[in-house]
Amino acid sequence: MIELDAVTKVYQAGKVAVRALDTVDLTIDEGDLVAIMGPSGSGKSTMMNILGCLDVPTTGHYRLGGTDVVGMRENALADLRNRRIGFVFQSFNLIPRTSAARNVELPLVYAGVGRRERRDRAREALARVGLDGRGTSMPNELSGGQQQRVAIARALVTRPAMILADEPTGNLDTTSTREVMELLVELNDAGRTVVLITHEDEVAEFARRVVRLRDGRVVSDARQEALRR
Amino acid sequence: MTVWEAARLALRGLRANKLRSGLTTLGIIIGVAAVIVLVALGNGIQSGFTESFGSLATQITVNANQEGTNGAPRDLTDADVAALDDPVDAPDVVSATPIAGGPVTVQLPGGSRFRTSVTGTTAGYLDVTDRDLVVGRMFDATEERGKAKVAVLAPGPVEDLFAGDAGAALGSEVRIGRTAFRVIGVVAATGQDDVVITPLGTARSFLLGGGDAVSTVVVVARSPEAVPAALAQVTAILDDRQSVDDPAERDYTATAQQSLLDQVNQTLSFLTLFTVAVAAISLIVGGIGVANIMLVTVTERTREIGIRKAIGARRRAILQQFLLESTILAGFGGLVGILLGVGLSTAAAIALPQAIPDFPPPVVDVNSVLISFGISLLIGLVAGGYPANRAARLRPIEALRFQ
Ligand SMILES: Nc1ncnc2c1ncn2[C@@H]1O[C@H](COP(=O)(O)OP(=O)(O)OP(=O)(O)O)[C@@H](O)[C@H]1O
Ligand SMILES: [Mg+2]
Repeated sequence: MIELDAVTKVYQAGKVAVRALDTVDLTIDEGDLVAIMGPSGSGKSTMMNILGCLDVPTTGHYRLGGTDVVGMRENALADLRNRRIGFVFQSFNLIPRTSAARNVELPLVYAGVGRRERRDRAREALARVGLDGRGTSMPNELSGGQQQRVAIARALVTRPAMILADEPTGNLDTTSTREVMELLVELNDAGRTVVLITHEDEVAEFARRVVRLRDGRVVSDARQEALRR
Repeated sequence: MTVWEAARLALRGLRANKLRSGLTTLGIIIGVAAVIVLVALGNGIQSGFTESFGSLATQITVNANQEGTNGAPRDLTDADVAALDDPVDAPDVVSATPIAGGPVTVQLPGGSRFRTSVTGTTAGYLDVTDRDLVVGRMFDATEERGKAKVAVLAPGPVEDLFAGDAGAALGSEVRIGRTAFRVIGVVAATGQDDVVITPLGTARSFLLGGGDAVSTVVVVARSPEAVPAALAQVTAILDDRQSVDDPAERDYTATAQQSLLDQVNQTLSFLTLFTVAVAAISLIVGGIGVANIMLVTVTERTREIGIRKAIGARRRAILQQFLLESTILAGFGGLVGILLGVGLSTAAAIALPQAIPDFPPPVVDVNSVLISFGISLLIGLVAGGYPANRAARLRPIEALRFQ
């Protein structure tokens, strides 16, 4: 259970204060697949950063699995990100000049998992995203779609409860978009909560629930029959 | 995350930027190698000096003055020498070796004459003054007592009479003054090279005229530390024998050679220190290079740091990684520098004495190796500290947004 309770985020940009999120209340059930939509600048990434414990709300509360994240120390937040959250970014964000397998292993390194187990789990995760045998490839030797799949493998290798994806298909063509979305749906079917940001309707069609933001507020929140499964 | 894991990450980071890592370590490599080589050179010169002049450390020379404080000077005599060699009055004196010297001429039978000087002394003279024989032998106590007409030549007369051929000199007959001597040995060059060495009695009977006068006494102290005590004993004995109350009334001069040795040694140390300081500057410049690269690295890899933090790296893990990167970089540079420095010093120790005769071979100082390696590690820590700390403090969202 993920709960945003009157969350407000104010950025100080020079002298003007930007209200990126304005008293947002939102509850996301475990195992749901939620798409967050909205025009540019509406606060989607801000919300994702807060959900991912990369940033803390200016006011309000964020409860993840019952514990309030606000007021937690930096190390506790790092551990929380490491164990409970998997990130997928629009620009893939793989570590350059580091092989796919090493990239996938990295969260496990920080989790203190032993070498052998790390290697096995990384191989497993890569196989799961259809990249078995590509572990030794460097990011720049992979296509965009493949890089994003490596990123998904990295996000799922720690078996997190929640996967957060900020425009995961923003840099991909139609085929790769489909592949990536099918992967996310598959993970969701396996019981993981998936929150994804998008402004493509075709992508949102994969979601069970669509939340729309505008100027930092939730303007609509609708469940839908997942259209494309 | 263990330090071991952090080291692994650091190594991977360095390997991802091979060329840059290599160039960065170059500064450290050159600095460390320079320190080691220069210290080795300085060391070599110093130990070469000690080897050549080390016997001076325990030597006290007593010279009879040319002019008396009160009319004609009192000579030093055999009796004085015997008094100095007294284990009760002079417990810190090991030996007192008399020298009676004066100008003489040398010639081969029928050849031309050359001016030189004679040193009439005892059989122990070469040991006391640490002179080495090139060929032949020193006269022995029997020859000394029997006033044998034998001579040991220094390079000067060998040059004059035998065109420098020591082998030809050995066994030859030479005339010293008007007396025929047999050459039984040739000593190596030391700087006091225009001399022929004969038994004391021989020199007195045939070359200098009789009497028991001695021009110089070479006194050897028990150890370099005992030199001041020995010097005090020597002056006490001689003052007593010459009935002197005031040092100004002495007709002799007693000098510890040690002080001269110390002065030269100190000057050499200063010179070594200066050259090492110059080398140390290059080590520091190398350190600044490491700091510079680490700063660039942190800026350039801001996004990477953001990714690492997003997937759960604690502040400490980032700090460790970058600190270890710079320390490994500097430590590796230090190791290569040591190999290079020791290699160069060893090569120089072989090549230099061949190229330049008498050049003292460099001697690698273990301390200089340890210290310069320690300093390069320290440079890694210090130069990496600030950038690593900056990296660790980056906020993940800001780092991720960085282009
Ligand atoms: N670090 C920041 N400093 C100042 N203002 C910020 C900062 N981050 C975001 N903002 C502002 O907050 C608002 C919301 O930004 P956010 O990135 O959440 O939008 P978004 O919905 O993700 O937009 P896009 O679709 O373009 O990615 C914007 O007005 C933006 O300018
Ligand atoms: Mg955004």
